[in-house]
Amino acid sequence: MTDTITGADNGAGNGAAATLPELPVLTRKDFVSDQEVRWCPGCGDYSILAQTQKVMPDFGYPKENIVFISGIGCSGRLPYYMNTYGFHTIHGRAPAIATGLKAARPDLMVWVITGDGDALSIGGNHLIHSLRRNVDVRIIMFNNRIYGLTKGQASPTSELGKITKSSPYGTVDFPISPLAIALAAEATFIARSVDTFTEHMQATLNAAGNHHGSTFVEVLQNCNIFNDGAHREFTDREVREDRTVVLEHGKPMIFGKDRNKGIRLAGHQPEVVTIGENGITEADILVHDETDPLIAFMLAHIYWPEFPVPVGVLRRVSRPTHHQMLVDQLAQATATRGAGDLTKLLNSGETWKVE
Amino acid sequence: MSTEAPLKATPTTQKQLERVTIRFAGDSGDGMQLTGTQFTKNAAAFGNDISTFPDYPAEIRAPAGSLPGVSGFQLSFSSTDIHTPGDAPDVLVAMNPAALKANLGELPAGGALIVNEDAFTPGNLQKVGYASNPLGDGSLKQWNLFSVPVSTLNSRALEGLGLTNKQVDLTKNFFALGLMFWLYERDMAATVSWIDDKFKKRPEIAEGNKRALKAGYNFGETTEIFHERYVVPPAKLRPGHYRNITGNEATALGMVAASQLAERPIFYGSYPITPASDILHQLAGYKNFGVKTFQAEDEIAAVGAAIGASYGGAMGLTASSGPGIALKTEAMGLAVMVELPLVVIDVQRAGPSTGMPTKTEQGDLLQVLFGRNGESPLVVLAPATPAECFTFAIEAWRIALKYMTPVVYMSDAFLANGAEPWRIPNLADLSSIAVPNRTAREGFYPYLRDETTLARPWALPGTPGLEHRIGGLEKADVMGNVSYDPDNHHRMTLLRQAKIDGIAADIPPLEVHGPAEGDLLVLGWGSTYGAIRSAVKRLQDRGASIAHAHLRYLNPLPENVGDVLKAYKRVLIPELNLGQLRMLIRARYLIDAIGYNRVRGKPFRIAELEAEAVRVLATLGVTIA
Ligand code: SF4
Repeated sequence: MTDTITGADNGAGNGAAATLPELPVLTRKDFVSDQEVRWCPGCGDYSILAQTQKVMPDFGYPKENIVFISGIGCSGRLPYYMNTYGFHTIHGRAPAIATGLKAARPDLMVWVITGDGDALSIGGNHLIHSLRRNVDVRIIMFNNRIYGLTKGQASPTSELGKITKSSPYGTVDFPISPLAIALAAEATFIARSVDTFTEHMQATLNAAGNHHGSTFVEVLQNCNIFNDGAHREFTDREVREDRTVVLEHGKPMIFGKDRNKGIRLAGHQPEVVTIGENGITEADILVHDETDPLIAFMLAHIYWPEFPVPVGVLRRVSRPTHHQMLVDQLAQATATRGAGDLTKLLNSGETWKVE
Repeated sequence: MSTEAPLKATPTTQKQLERVTIRFAGDSGDGMQLTGTQFTKNAAAFGNDISTFPDYPAEIRAPAGSLPGVSGFQLSFSSTDIHTPGDAPDVLVAMNPAALKANLGELPAGGALIVNEDAFTPGNLQKVGYASNPLGDGSLKQWNLFSVPVSTLNSRALEGLGLTNKQVDLTKNFFALGLMFWLYERDMAATVSWIDDKFKKRPEIAEGNKRALKAGYNFGETTEIFHERYVVPPAKLRPGHYRNITGNEATALGMVAASQLAERPIFYGSYPITPASDILHQLAGYKNFGVKTFQAEDEIAAVGAAIGASYGGAMGLTASSGPGIALKTEAMGLAVMVELPLVVIDVQRAGPSTGMPTKTEQGDLLQVLFGRNGESPLVVLAPATPAECFTFAIEAWRIALKYMTPVVYMSDAFLANGAEPWRIPNLADLSSIAVPNRTAREGFYPYLRDETTLARPWALPGTPGLEHRIGGLEKADVMGNVSYDPDNHHRMTLLRQAKIDGIAADIPPLEVHGPAEGDLLVLGWGSTYGAIRSAVKRLQDRGASIAHAHLRYLNPLPENVGDVLKAYKRVLIPELNLGQLRMLIRARYLIDAIGYNRVRGKPFRIAELEAEAVRVLATLGVTIA
């Protein structure tokens, strides 16, 4: 019996590009499928798709070894537009399906495309468990704070009191913080970007693609039909530098057009300070550390308007991955007990012979 | 070993019996399952045909001495071919008043009743509502009562070992076992070595259990209470190597065998649920067979991960019971739509809702056939005996792989936990079920079907040039792009149905035990096989024109079912539900089948089916001698 399945006779044991001879150089175009893209004109999803296609060649995987798995919602259509393997599954279950695929096929690079309703409402359980298991899958969650495909109902990230078709008097549900959930589930890579921050998104997707383990990226995305401008207050070109803080490991959390604002810890409370005022210098500004759980916790909980919105990598730590531990267990069992002998197994326990 | 019982003045006589059914009953802490299993192993190794049925409470630790805490194990051993663990016990071993009260109703008058009189304390009697001690008030007159001070005799035998009272008490089931070994003239060596092995690290406990076992045996030997011993000679089983096997064990082994025959690894996604969890426990130990197991966060993730694994080319497998199958429903629909191989095991239990988790029922047939949105056909199989669980695991995979379809494999609590001797198959006799992956680029389309099987190609991620997208949205015939075209949806719906229907040509016809035509056909499915087979056999012996047919393929049905049914004047369908197969048979073949339906959480008794068949025959004016 084969313990390792590969798609074909290409000899790729674990799919890392290095093991394949003469990999052709791929470009963005190689990742564009022949399907007509059918999101609403002006939707933020177009930009996410474009950046995703753009970074794909960077990882060195042949495109047949890349799989995009999605759930239900506008985001769920993305796999159709990627010229890779794709599986458009059912509402909320993509992380579970991806977990099984990655366990069976460690050689594949697996991405999950989901939305705020798909990941945090109906699929909340699968999200947290795939993250806590450190399943080596990159989950990209489009957060438009609304249900788009079903035409405009409140989502788990909609702000309290939001008036939608399903909440004409305003919602009475507090919103959930996607990054705080990912952190509570101990995802090993947690990041945030914005549909219109194209370069930042490329860098973030690139970092996500190069991480091995449970990867969660929230992309703030504009649904111009049902929740237009949901993130505008801090993402518009004129204000974004003053209202977001770009995280970089080992660098102080400085932001603002004039690069003179920063986040400082007063006791355990973060506060926004201005460098050069009240004797504050760059040395007072908190330095980002992707491995520090307390910093990650703080960053997952600050948001506009009290604070600038953190974008970039909040957390990046290394832990053994789910599929690797599974594979190791199989190898160890085989090493200690020998490859399974079915005849012996069937004849185990107390047997007797009838003449 | 001294038991202080007086030596026998009169020698015991010996009597030969064809078949004996014993029920061990006690508190769930009394070790009755272990006692029953040990006796079963002994009988099996001796060469008897056996059939067992454990009956245990849902609560792990119901209050000691209470009725809900009673745990029972029934086993039947015989010198002839048997199919059920017996309708009613010939011997009831009751370790306390609760066990007596819960089981006495099923012991026929004249049956042997062996009780531990030490447990009949005022407190224990009161707990289960006995106003007076039944051992002394004459209320047990119609049975053959043997009142034995098991606890007292046992603790005396263990004196000087330095065990605590609690430890001594825990060995008393071995006293009962020893007594039964004596009564049926059994050799205890295997149990002695089992004890030595089990308690290797605790020799004093091993010694305690061995002393208890021997004390029970010697008690039979020396006391005046028993005047007769019984011998049940070995049965004439087909030559071969045998082992004792439960349905769940056979299912797990069958899955591993299927993996080898298909040359693909099993991925088993599962969430703990009674009575299916044992399959997870067992498969989790088969890592050196390449089996990957995944204890998921819920039933949905369990089946979802299995589908993901199948998408990657592994054999995605999941199991549950009714409530869990309900949760897996949506994902099973996805597997139907994307046409990937998947096997879903449903170990049925009494429902609806949480129902009676440890008790058996056949209530999920319509659920697995029709419990999904849209026209969502899949294959449904149902092994009839614990041994068949092995072959049908392979059969489920043969069909799933060849036809790229989900297959539901129906077991139930009785089949899962019941045991029988299993003739271990020779691997060389099993045929390959391997299927190729699609690798050729030329002419590849995700929904281009094989002309005979109508299966779509299995093109695994990692295959260069075959990058494609699948999903739950309707796909265009052949091309596989998303399609909302009305005629395409109609065509695809018919194609999915035709693929499943076509499997009927690739399965064996329905077999009949008995005359090919006649007065009455008894039609069953699943774990009721043994009871129906025995009841029909008895009536055949009594001269009735009666036959038995048992469906293992519920969807599609074998091609000859209609012809078989129409060859009899009446069709009786006994089921442990309110008539689910009967509804299908009536709808499909327009036959006015009669139902016999009970949902007591217990398997059918042979006698009730026999009586029902006699009643149906009477409606034809046929009387049976
Ligand atoms: S409904 Fe909103 S999220 Fe969906 S495609 Fe249209 S703009 Fe984008």
